[in-house]
Amino acid sequence: MDAYCSQPVQEALIDERQSSIVTKGKSKGHISCTSDSIAGAVSQRACVYCGARVVLNPVTDAAHLVHGPIGCAAYTWDIRGSLSSGPEMYRNSFSTDLGERDVIFGGERKLAACIDEIVAMHRPPAIFVYSTCVIGVIGDDIGSVCREASQRHGIDVIPVESTGFRSGNKIIGYRAAADALLKLIQPGEEAVKPTRKVNFLGEYNLGGEKWVVERYMRDIGVEVNVAFTGDSTVARLKQAPRACLNLVQCTGSMHYVARRMEEAFGIPYIDVNFFGADNTAESLRKIAEFYGEDAKNRAEALIGREMARIGPSLRKYREKLAGKRAAIYVGGAFKASAIIRQMKELGMEVVLTGTQTGKKEEYEKLDGMLSDGAVIIDDANPAEIEMFLREKKVDVMVGGVKERFLAYKLGVGFVDHNHDRKECLAGFDGAVNFAREIYRTACSPVWKHVKKGVKP
Amino acid sequence: MSRVKQVNENQCQMCMPLGGVVAVKGVENAMPLVHGSQGCSTYMRLTNVEHYNEPLDIASSALNEKQTIYGGEASLRKALDNVIRVYRPKVIGVLTTCLAETIGEDVERIVEAYVKDRNIKDIDIIPVSTPSYGGSHTEGFWAATKEMIAYYARPAEKHAGINVIIPHVSTADIREIKRILGLMGIEYTLMPDYSMTLDRPYEERYHKVPPGGTRTPDISRMTGARATIQFGLTCPDELSPGLFLQQEYGVPLISLPLPIGLENTDRFLEALKMLGGRPMPEALALERGWLLDAMADSHKHNAEGRPVVYGEPELVYAFASMCAENGAVPVVIATGTRNGRLIARLKLLLAEADEPPTLLEEADFASILEAAAKMSANVAVGHSGGKLLTERLGIPVVRVGFPIHDRMGGQRILSVGYAGSLAFLDRFTNALLEKKLATYRQSKKEELLIKEEG
Repeated sequence: MDAYCSQPVQEALIDERQSSIVTKGKSKGHISCTSDSIAGAVSQRACVYCGARVVLNPVTDAAHLVHGPIGCAAYTWDIRGSLSSGPEMYRNSFSTDLGERDVIFGGERKLAACIDEIVAMHRPPAIFVYSTCVIGVIGDDIGSVCREASQRHGIDVIPVESTGFRSGNKIIGYRAAADALLKLIQPGEEAVKPTRKVNFLGEYNLGGEKWVVERYMRDIGVEVNVAFTGDSTVARLKQAPRACLNLVQCTGSMHYVARRMEEAFGIPYIDVNFFGADNTAESLRKIAEFYGEDAKNRAEALIGREMARIGPSLRKYREKLAGKRAAIYVGGAFKASAIIRQMKELGMEVVLTGTQTGKKEEYEKLDGMLSDGAVIIDDANPAEIEMFLREKKVDVMVGGVKERFLAYKLGVGFVDHNHDRKECLAGFDGAVNFAREIYRTACSPVWKHVKKGVKP
Repeated sequence: MSRVKQVNENQCQMCMPLGGVVAVKGVENAMPLVHGSQGCSTYMRLTNVEHYNEPLDIASSALNEKQTIYGGEASLRKALDNVIRVYRPKVIGVLTTCLAETIGEDVERIVEAYVKDRNIKDIDIIPVSTPSYGGSHTEGFWAATKEMIAYYARPAEKHAGINVIIPHVSTADIREIKRILGLMGIEYTLMPDYSMTLDRPYEERYHKVPPGGTRTPDISRMTGARATIQFGLTCPDELSPGLFLQQEYGVPLISLPLPIGLENTDRFLEALKMLGGRPMPEALALERGWLLDAMADSHKHNAEGRPVVYGEPELVYAFASMCAENGAVPVVIATGTRNGRLIARLKLLLAEADEPPTLLEEADFASILEAAAKMSANVAVGHSGGKLLTERLGIPVVRVGFPIHDRMGGQRILSVGYAGSLAFLDRFTNALLEKKLATYRQSKKEELLIKEEG
């Protein structure tokens, strides 16, 4: 038994969870995923409301009103690292702050009053009204309250059906947010005038990432119409139907929107991914392909220039990081596969990966990217992460806040790749930033000291 | 005064089960289990992890749609099974959420049946009612502390020790209170003691349930103590652990303010002396002297302070009185929760103030910012939620309380006792100085130079 162990390892695992953990080259059958979290397993997942909130929150000039008791709003206030080029309204957190009496007698009247107050104080162009667990139980009709408020004030007041207990899986919340966005962009009577611009779906402008990609686009002669939802405004979102192409980045949250927009407005969509130099280059080529010869030439020039510029830095980090062992635990499989690819570019070996919301076919794709012996976990919990970080002798982990300090306690480096990070990790410069972040943590002098400093 | 608006814009408080979780982490070998949606426990983990910079596992019964309709008993039982298997706790605090309470879960009965069916002998499962709409994390903290004490309370032999019941302070504060008790030669049981469970030194072994916390046999003996000191001037009677021990077991309750500032710390030490402690040892006398010296050294700077003090009632009271004691009379004092006691106490405390301060209960940051601007506040004391005071009004925030997620080391911020008060005083004075020295040249120019007609 490992001296570090707080108990025999197999004890730390729940039988029911075994089918959600596979080892490449050893396990038979498919990974079990997409089901609800097991009670008591300490899942890292959040709730439907959280999924909806993180997708919609970056709409910069909308007011975000959470209908429910105080907690749901308080925990998600300013939760996104999304940057704005103008309005700051999205950084406020509004709550109807339901008390016991409201729960007994219903909260519809209070909701209407709160909407009126927000309009009187801030005059936002739109208000998103999120429903929470209690609202689902007491059955407030937020749809009709929003409809009436819309008519009263002449602005969009849009209900988001995000009652938390519907699922522990954020995907359901992404869908609720998507439906709210589709409602918002529904054109009125006037005909939609098409343009040559693209929409950028599933881009949240964390650390200014939307702006980075926008700069590349401009370089190849393509204009970004609006992003869903990074640095977007209500007015820009309403222009979304005028794009000629949708780029879809975060698949978990936005494929559905892209499909619906294709049905409604005939806008085709392509999958893109700007995490990592190779992904960025491929995505630019794909987009240029759509726009024709001139864009293709300009894209090649840009890629050549940028690759030459960042090459030396990436090589320098690769020398330091080659052979290091990495673990990845993130929200969605889209991000996981992008990170695996980047790790491999840096000469690292990914020995553990997992997501909160992966689907079977996505896990198959991840499996194809890994070498034998790598572990894949769906909906992992701290006990499992702890066990594999030790067992697989991981040097560095990429994940979200909740895993950060567990990694540190085990002497493992850590990189934040979550919804509230402050660093720009997209595009060519983002690839360098990511490599630098990994280097700074994996090769930090502190590990030498902390490990030496502990008395046996 | 209370918020006149219905809408809460930028929350100054969190919800009840979060406070309950922290209190549960103050008992030895205890694991918190939140009965509700998966999201609640994940948010509470996130908030605590960002503040304490430690891993913190909180289990959830992960109720879904079906269980919300048909009842969550099966989920709660399964959650208990899995927590016991993976974490092997000796204590499980089951905290409810608004969802569980609204669907009318009878958690006490569910737990009773579970203990009987599973023939559980050596694990204490303690249900605590913490609906989100029932109060803020402050009330959740008191409620869980009281329920856990009530669970273990047994008639006990009278003994010379005392009980010390604390509100939601930093782990460094708890350690300082314990150090003072030790220096005064007092035997005590401090509850809830999360000083080692939520703030662990680096060590070779990682523990899923970190060692530390108040021992349950010691909680049982609280009923025989000579007295209870409870830092809970603002604690509501129905949630008061100290009042429970007094009413049920006749343990005299001494309600004190948190020992923050000279007068409040003096009161704590006087109480300890009265309860059989030794006279103030040299070490503490020196610390008191240094604090006095610092108060004299910095009093003119502090007199320029127009502080906004906000956060949990008990901390707000202590920091407001310390500011006032140093000539920086607060101009705005606010708490997110409804607490009439705080307001009444503050009115007494600041009756002599030249300018009556704006007192807000059920406050949100929109109302705090508005009051701060109106009262020309120039410094703030409170948790990270006040970052907008800096962003929008340029008012520096001296960070204390919970949560602190935008600075390192929230768990290590020390403000109690003579040494802690001195540390706080320096942070406070230097926040004023830093702002003044960075801006006074420019502001004097703008104020006094006649603009040349361009």
